[in-house]
Amino acid sequence: MSPRFPRLTSERTSLATAGAHAAVATSLKKRPGSDTVKGQIFFALLLFAVAIAMLALAAVILQNAIKGSSAFGTHLITDGPSTIFPEKAGFRPAIIGSLYLMAGVILFVVPIGVGAAVYLEEYADGTRWWNKLIELNIQNLAAVPSIIYGILGLAFIVRGPLDLGFVALAGALTLSLLVLPTVIIAAREAIRAVPPSIREGSLALGATQWQTIRRQVLPASVPGIATGVILAISRALGEAAPLLLVGAATFVTFDPQPLSGGYSALPTQIFNYALRPQDEFKVVAAAGVVLMLIVLLMMNSFAIWLRNRYEQQW
Amino acid sequence: MSSKWWLVLAASGVLAMGVAACGDDDSDSGGSGSTPDNLSGDIRVDGSSTVGPLTEAIAEEFNAENPDVKVTVGTSGTGGGFEKFCAGETDISDASRPIEEDETKACQAQGVNYQEIQVANDALTVVANPDNPVECLTTEQLKSVWEAKSTLKNWSDIQGLQPSFDADLALYSPGTDSGTFDFFTDKINGEEGSQRTADVNDIGEDDNATVTGVSGADGGMGYFGFSYYQENQDKVKAMQIDSGNGCVAPAAETAQDGSYYLSRPLFVYPSASALDNETVDAFLQFYLDNINAVAELIGFIPMTAEQAQASQQKLDQLKGGGGATTG
Amino acid sequence: MEARDATATGELGRMDPARPLVAARPRYGEKIIQGLLAACALISVITTTVIVISLLSPTLDFFGEVGIGKFFSLDEWAPTQAEPTFGALRLVIGTLSATLWALLFAVPIGLLSGIYLSEYARPRVRKTVKPVLEVLAGIPTVALGLFAITFISPEIQGIFPDAVKSPPFFVLAAGLGIGLLIVPIIASLSDDAMRAVPGGLREGAYGLGADKLKVATRVVFPAAISGIVASIVLAASRAIGETMIVLLAAGANPNASFNPFESVLTMTASIARVATGDIGTGTITYDTIFAVGSLLFVMTLGMNAIAMRLVRRFREVYE
Repeated sequence: MSPRFPRLTSERTSLATAGAHAAVATSLKKRPGSDTVKGQIFFALLLFAVAIAMLALAAVILQNAIKGSSAFGTHLITDGPSTIFPEKAGFRPAIIGSLYLMAGVILFVVPIGVGAAVYLEEYADGTRWWNKLIELNIQNLAAVPSIIYGILGLAFIVRGPLDLGFVALAGALTLSLLVLPTVIIAAREAIRAVPPSIREGSLALGATQWQTIRRQVLPASVPGIATGVILAISRALGEAAPLLLVGAATFVTFDPQPLSGGYSALPTQIFNYALRPQDEFKVVAAAGVVLMLIVLLMMNSFAIWLRNRYEQQW
Repeated sequence: MSSKWWLVLAASGVLAMGVAACGDDDSDSGGSGSTPDNLSGDIRVDGSSTVGPLTEAIAEEFNAENPDVKVTVGTSGTGGGFEKFCAGETDISDASRPIEEDETKACQAQGVNYQEIQVANDALTVVANPDNPVECLTTEQLKSVWEAKSTLKNWSDIQGLQPSFDADLALYSPGTDSGTFDFFTDKINGEEGSQRTADVNDIGEDDNATVTGVSGADGGMGYFGFSYYQENQDKVKAMQIDSGNGCVAPAAETAQDGSYYLSRPLFVYPSASALDNETVDAFLQFYLDNINAVAELIGFIPMTAEQAQASQQKLDQLKGGGGATTG
Repeated sequence: MEARDATATGELGRMDPARPLVAARPRYGEKIIQGLLAACALISVITTTVIVISLLSPTLDFFGEVGIGKFFSLDEWAPTQAEPTFGALRLVIGTLSATLWALLFAVPIGLLSGIYLSEYARPRVRKTVKPVLEVLAGIPTVALGLFAITFISPEIQGIFPDAVKSPPFFVLAAGLGIGLLIVPIIASLSDDAMRAVPGGLREGAYGLGADKLKVATRVVFPAAISGIVASIVLAASRAIGETMIVLLAAGANPNASFNPFESVLTMTASIARVATGDIGTGTITYDTIFAVGSLLFVMTLGMNAIAMRLVRRFREVYE
């Protein structure tokens, strides 16, 4: 069991004390009205902050939607890219490539990320040097820039030991390594949030540690894990830099396969189009951004439905 | 709970298959030149992002006539392209500059026999703000502005400027890692890579930013490939260049006959082993047969008859197995 | 005697009469699972090792040719010039500048949003706002970079005309773009951290008469501080490692300046440009990728060590 559990009791005591302290301070305040005003101002500030974030998102979507509006049409999804007729250009191979990449990332990152988080939270003795090393590594890898993962992917996954070649699976593995730390960190927070009473109760009834984890802790931490996975996949979908090094082409004339042949992905395609001089390509790039956001929204909606079904308050 | 995750995967898979199943490929007619029927196989191309669009256009036309051929065009940069090419990972390398010595050695070490084949020309265009009255700059004047030790601050500091113009210089340089930069510095400053660093805005990846910068500053000056000028003639104006024989404007004719000083060739490098594959063979022949028609569509300058002939000869040489490995 | 044969439960709640209380056979299954999970965690160590391996050799080559002193000087950063100089400090300052402006925007907005989501928002509002924030996180960095250069940059130039010396690029535009990217990280993770604070604590404070502001800021926020700090550190790390937005919006002039209206070149942008440019792959210029990459790696290692120590110290305050 993690040695953190005994500490939590005294933590709760001191927080309860803080709460009582705050409450007494409130009731003894000389001008009770000022707190309401402060409260109102604070609330307004909160709304303002959220509004800025939402407005920014709206601005990004709108700007791209307006700019790309002339390129909208089913051909965006059904047709391949075109350099000669940018009005007819579509993102079909890029969409398929990106979908394969996402599927690969989910397949890899969910079991390994959750597994690592479970190990660190439930089994590992935090004082041992090797566990501290693992934790430090994860924190550090979360910050390594995506392009370095591209270099890593090129040296070790595309060539080197794994030698997969410039295929979609190699891209998926590279992206998985990129977002794995995010998933692990978020999953750890989620697992940590499960109250120790749940664990203790389960163990007291005779379950093994793994049974406790599998049947009590993990189901309870699904919402938090889902948050981490959502953030991770969102990031992986939009990353262009490592894919450029790991072989995502900007022009393929066919539907990519996961294990063989070239592939392209939406972000690299959009990047390439945005840098071209012809205005039509920039329009197509904007339409591509809108397309990406739609794909993203679909994925996110599903994952959020999942999270809402399992969310619980303690 | 785990069944939900399978649902996610299934949904992604269904979505992918749905996209693949619905809709046909768009196939355009057009493009001259005939090719044998029922070609199939993979063709892998990578390299310069300048030459990329040319290869893509050719691939598009080729694919329309040969739907079973799978062409992949990447744009990892000329250097990245050569690295993959010399490792045998690509069939053709796009290049906006000739292959360098280190890269030649790498190819020889791996036994990759290639040939340097020109496919188009590019007229590097020096642009300025449309309100700028100056029409023509000599190569010495350009050098005085752009050379490594230059500290000129104003258009009026340029020696012998006609007509006179008083505006602060706002200089925009293309990415210092690009073939454009290499070519310009070599031709104008006399040494590849040698350019002033004082008060120059390096625009990085996106040449469109030079358009924004130059059109927004009275004293703006920048340089980039011809296609960027062609698309933005309403926002920037091209400087004529006097290299000793009078002012010459960048255009297809002047680039082809060599009178425009800053005209550079663009290449593809096929490998001899790739040419053993009849699909790649047919692709390259198609390339040379059709590139002149396609180049103008995308803002590049077609080859002259002599250049085209020389390229065809080199291709034949490589096919015949006698390709020179030193490009 | 019967007590000796007292039963143990296998599955929760199911009595198995034949099994003694002390397990007769060692739980190999448990050990195997523990081993598998440890292997999952070890992948992180393997990844780091592999990164170090792929960076180390070319970096050593680089420093063989370019002295370390020159690398860490305030020389110009001009590796592609005919007479190259390799002053990497400018890149470091560029990175820090972009991160600073990103955090100055994202931390207040992110934390306030997180507090709102966790303490103030009605469940239905929360179920709408939180996903929307997550969409913001998913916007491809390419799109945010283009947004920064085509929208944020002109808007700010409109507010502060003549402040920008090298239009359209300046670090504030890129910084705000990065800030937009990391707001959801801070908001979402600190919201999760605050929601994990047991409701009993809140209710206790309310019961004693504290108002919502006090509960949110004096009880819940300090209780969740370790998760909140973790989210900020994660966001800062993300900002430092961001490539595409700075590539498109910060320009490429290696200025050693925190001035928000100047263009900068960050470490990540310089790596990306050299890696995808037209430079030959065996050259010293190309090896700057690995040298700068190693520098970035070491920097983040150091920063994270400091941050982890901070997190531990905050936790101890409430022991």
